[in-house]
Amino acid sequence: MKVGVVVFPGSNCDHDAWYAVSHNLGQAAEFIWHDASSLGDVDAVILPGGFSYGDYLRCGAIAKFSPVMNAVKTFAREGGLVLGICNGFQILVESGLLPGALVRNSGMEFICRNIGLRVATTNSPYTNLARKGRVLHLPVAHGEGCYIAEDRVLDELQAEDRVAFYYTDNPNGSMRDIAGILSADRNVMGMMPHPERACDTLMGGTDGNIILASLVSAFAAGIPVSSASAGSASSIRTQS
Amino acid sequence: MSTITITPEVIAAHQLTASEYEKILSLLGREPSLTELGIFSVMWSEHCSYKSSRIHLKKLPTESKHVLQGPGENAGIIDIGDGVAIAFKIESHNHPSFIEPFQGAATGVGGILRDIFTMGARPIAVMDAIRFGRLDDPQTGARNQRILKGVVGGISHYGNCFGVPTVGGECVFEECYDGNPLVNVFALGVFKHDEIFYGKATGIGNPVIYVGSKTGRDGIHGASMASAEFTEESKQKRPNVQVGDPFMEKLLLEACLEAMKTGAIVGIQDMGAAGLTCSTCEMGSRAGTGVEIDLMYVPQRELGMTPYEIMLSESQERMLLVAERGREGEVLRVFRKWGLDAVIVGEVKADGMLRVKNHGEVVAEISNRALADEAPVYNRPYTKPLRVAPLDGPAIHSKDLTGDLKRLLASGDLCNKRWIWEQYDYQVRTNTLAGPGAEAAIVRIKETDLSIAMSLDGNGRYCALDPREGTKLIVAECCRNLSTVGALPVAATNNLNFGNPERPEIMAQLVESIEGLAEACRLFETPITGGNVSLYNETLGTPIFPTPVIGIVGTLPTGPPMPMHFVSEGRKIILLGGLGSPDERQFGSSQYAKVILDQIWGTPPKLDMDFEKRVQTTIRELVRAGAVESAHDLSDGGLTVALTEASFGPKGIGADVTLDSDLAPELLLFHEGPSRILVSTAQPEAVYEAAKKNSVNAIEIGATLRARMVIRNRTETLINSPIGDLYGLWNAALEHLLHSTVPVE
Repeated sequence: MKVGVVVFPGSNCDHDAWYAVSHNLGQAAEFIWHDASSLGDVDAVILPGGFSYGDYLRCGAIAKFSPVMNAVKTFAREGGLVLGICNGFQILVESGLLPGALVRNSGMEFICRNIGLRVATTNSPYTNLARKGRVLHLPVAHGEGCYIAEDRVLDELQAEDRVAFYYTDNPNGSMRDIAGILSADRNVMGMMPHPERACDTLMGGTDGNIILASLVSAFAAGIPVSSASAGSASSIRTQS
Repeated sequence: MSTITITPEVIAAHQLTASEYEKILSLLGREPSLTELGIFSVMWSEHCSYKSSRIHLKKLPTESKHVLQGPGENAGIIDIGDGVAIAFKIESHNHPSFIEPFQGAATGVGGILRDIFTMGARPIAVMDAIRFGRLDDPQTGARNQRILKGVVGGISHYGNCFGVPTVGGECVFEECYDGNPLVNVFALGVFKHDEIFYGKATGIGNPVIYVGSKTGRDGIHGASMASAEFTEESKQKRPNVQVGDPFMEKLLLEACLEAMKTGAIVGIQDMGAAGLTCSTCEMGSRAGTGVEIDLMYVPQRELGMTPYEIMLSESQERMLLVAERGREGEVLRVFRKWGLDAVIVGEVKADGMLRVKNHGEVVAEISNRALADEAPVYNRPYTKPLRVAPLDGPAIHSKDLTGDLKRLLASGDLCNKRWIWEQYDYQVRTNTLAGPGAEAAIVRIKETDLSIAMSLDGNGRYCALDPREGTKLIVAECCRNLSTVGALPVAATNNLNFGNPERPEIMAQLVESIEGLAEACRLFETPITGGNVSLYNETLGTPIFPTPVIGIVGTLPTGPPMPMHFVSEGRKIILLGGLGSPDERQFGSSQYAKVILDQIWGTPPKLDMDFEKRVQTTIRELVRAGAVESAHDLSDGGLTVALTEASFGPKGIGADVTLDSDLAPELLLFHEGPSRILVSTAQPEAVYEAAKKNSVNAIEIGATLRARMVIRNRTETLINSPIGDLYGLWNAALEHLLHSTVPVE
């Protein structure tokens, strides 16, 4: 499997994602520059953490206009696996690939801390190796990770089993303790915590491996990414 | 500009003395233009020239078999083996952080990061030593709270966005920093031996290239500002403080490292203090060449900037580099890829002069050596160090030792600093094996089997009572932190924060501190590879405590870090180095004296450096042999605070300790005698054996115990408390202090 890690100017967890995929998971990983118009032959894409374009406006608000995001959107529409971590999650919601918004933490300060994350669904390419209800321990590191959306959207996410993770001890004021969500077709996931930082016992834990290894196993099995919501097209990864 | 006449008032406004101006006249052989006067004033400022400290800094050891680059470059470089080297340095941003805490601290981080990557190293760790006035002071508490929040916010903003982990540091509160906070930032980077770059303008005819942010009017005379005491007017100096853009710096980092890989760069230096002036003349001076630039090519943020303003601007995130002639296109292409301004502004000349033109007209022409190397050097008179405290203190008789411990744990210096360090991304780049709150920070070097341990320490109280002994104690403690995690200390950097050197009793503090530093660094084999001197830290005539801050780095094999917390119940607790034998005078610099008695007197604790070194050898051997389960050194708050801190692990395992001593209980529990380390172990015999081999005393003082701290002297119970109670106070104290209601300014 080959995973592409998008590098925006200001991405700073790009190398960490690349390292986790290539060294901790033993898969091929390559960087994709922000002005690329194509993703090449990658099988999945990670939008990494950082401060894309400085994030001096709303986080991710400029990144959504970068050329690579057109390619990412097309890739996602065709069922491609797209994982947005931290700033990557912010970019996904700004781009409309995921609903809702991420705003300033309720405590107004940046938080770097290890937190508990309850797995809410195993029906996704990112959680298929986890056990529902299991608490993973992952770090968060963000200033704007408070997930908000209209009640209607939140209800829908929950009804369609599209909340991937809940915080066990909400660090940022996110509505309904939501820490990560899936797209309607379940092939796109955004999450604020950093799985790539928890793939090595030396770093204090390996729970992040469960998420990244789920991705690898979903791809290897060629498992159709089933949709819990009615009416969505099948989204088997067919693009080569 | 040349129409302005140089009057004594103009000279004084540039903080140059009459004799310094005479020297300028003789070096030039004519009157300077105003631009030239400005250039001299920043290069000869205390901040850039070290004119008051230089002759004493020469006393410091700067060499060892590990040192690849000592002082004089942008940062020191140490060989750590496997073809890998590290660059590291500390720098202060005290004055800007008082005037504008957020941007002052942010640009302090930015400046030191540039010093590291300008050498070709990728920054992988930052630490900060920050000092403020008391948060609960009725007069100044509100302001101190605001400064702390601003400084922490600024460090967080810059470091997090840039993508470097802030892995450790210290935060201290003391009345003397009321109008003069200290913000000292340490940064460390890693590279291969063949990736090292220097700030040299070599190769006659080579193009000089300006890259990064456009030049604006911000920060003009920042270097001179940092070389003066604060007065009421200082608050008017806000425009002198620069504004940081960490995103730009991140781009600059990636672009510089990528451009260096082309092989077309021959020299590079960041524009820090004194901006374009400092980078041009220093690069020329180091190479023995001249540098000629035309300011019309310099990217400018606003219209109508004069040569004076362009040369003295301290706009952030700018670099100057020299490329190989004919290959400049390769360099410019990389910067264009990253969307950065990169323009050829001049070329390297043979004549040794800094020649600044504006649209072809020469506006300054001064020898590079005159600016960079011939600044006046002062052997300022010094007497005896300023003494602020009596020799003898009050009679000590505590009614409630457990209550005293609780007050200590909830005090600003000793409490949990989580509120600060959770605002820093301490994990980015996934190398942090031990981060903030640990004994020493440990960062792995991914490409190797090696890790770097680092520690940052200062102690103004010790140094106020005896700058020489106090400084030695700081070096000892820093090395002890490293040894306690199994690392071998290899090199040091220093940030000397002192008052006005023109006062002989302050100058004496500086001299004694440097001499103490030299002696200790020689003994611990940790040469000083660079650093920073920050003088004139006075407000309205009141100096800060002499505050040298020392950063020491060490190496160790990559592996799970040695825990400072007790790991299992029922383990023997052994105190390496013994209970100590302090007298009451040596208790006057302790946290107990500060927090419980609100006083300072006497002398710092007594240090036997040979013994200290043997204790450190012992613990390193034990840690590397896996013979101890946890290790924590004794420092602020002494034995009892160390035992308590060791109990604040995830399992909350405490200690049941019985001592046997004739010391007064307050001293026994809280004295800060050095050379002592607490270990818990399942292999006590191995500990005794290692201790004996190194002629170090090691005494068993008790055993680990679930959830409780009990300390007795013989049969008398001195401390008795559930760990949960102690932890709660310690953990909540800083937020409590930050919300303490004090009158608004």
